[in-house]
Amino acid sequence: MNHNMISYILVMAAVTFVIRALPLTLIRKPIKSRFLRSFLFYVPYVTLAVMTFPDILHATDSVWSGLLALIAGVALAWSGQGLFVVAVASCLAVFISEIFL
Amino acid sequence: MPVSGGRSWFLRGVRNGVSIMLGYLAVSFALGITARNVGLTWFEAGLASLLNNASAGEYAGFKVIGERSGLWEAALMTLIANARYLLMSCAFSQKLSEDTPLSHRLLLGFTVTDEIFGCSMAVDGYLDPMYTFGLFVIATTGWTGGTILGVLVGNILPHQLISALSVGLFGMFLAVIIPKARQNRTVLVLVILSMGLSWACSVLPGISSLSSGMRVILLTVVLSAGAALIRPVKEGSDEP
Repeated sequence: MNHNMISYILVMAAVTFVIRALPLTLIRKPIKSRFLRSFLFYVPYVTLAVMTFPDILHATDSVWSGLLALIAGVALAWSGQGLFVVAVASCLAVFISEIFL
Repeated sequence: MPVSGGRSWFLRGVRNGVSIMLGYLAVSFALGITARNVGLTWFEAGLASLLNNASAGEYAGFKVIGERSGLWEAALMTLIANARYLLMSCAFSQKLSEDTPLSHRLLLGFTVTDEIFGCSMAVDGYLDPMYTFGLFVIATTGWTGGTILGVLVGNILPHQLISALSVGLFGMFLAVIIPKARQNRTVLVLVILSMGLSWACSVLPGISSLSSGMRVILLTVVLSAGAALIRPVKEGSDEP
């Protein structure tokens, strides 16, 4: 077992737990600051967007299959498809395109 | 607040948690593939899922592990990727009766995920924590089990399938951000800007020497703060 890996995992778990437990134990009040509420509203969208691109291009064997996965995912999510369909479509876009690439 | 009947609330949670579990099984399978790609064993990946229960947060942490960056960077990345739970837990705390014991509050803190939060908030009146614990027990089984399966099955699947499954998690991220971007102009602009700047930071000389973890942290803080200043959420609402 790699102890180094375990320490990463424990740090992640500790941070996650503090974020979730703090408002339930010590704060116990809605956040009043409009700036903080706005900031926290935008954070997930920015983080997920930054983590998705350009990393999706390098996750697969070819940049082009990654790009197709992005296009398929965006198109289906835009048309209102759910989590599962969007994810499967992205995977299929890679699998099918890599047969030809 | 229901004082007795904790057991029936727990069982109700387990029953209602089955559909969450099935969804988690699929998402965490993709997460397991990612964990395997950065070199985690099934045990390490399973432990991470059992203790974290967070898709974006775990993915962010796995990225840091993959680059072997420092522990403090893992902490910052997890903080950023999971920051939204701060808002959720604040709302969650309003759903609890004043006399909910500290031990229950701490345990509840462990269980807050988007789906479990959603189901718990849908209950009428104050929440009996046993309901949430029931939801959590069944949901985390799917989450942890799926992650472990992703690592194990990932080891025996042919390379082309691994390549395809590696984008599964990105697909799920897109399914979260795109519907809101379609509905809200500010989020749309912000998402396009985020992706564009993220790409620019990965190729521009100087900035590209930053680890991808630091890139995510800096861009998230700067862009979200900028958006919060220019387009703050409306009074009495959680949306801009």
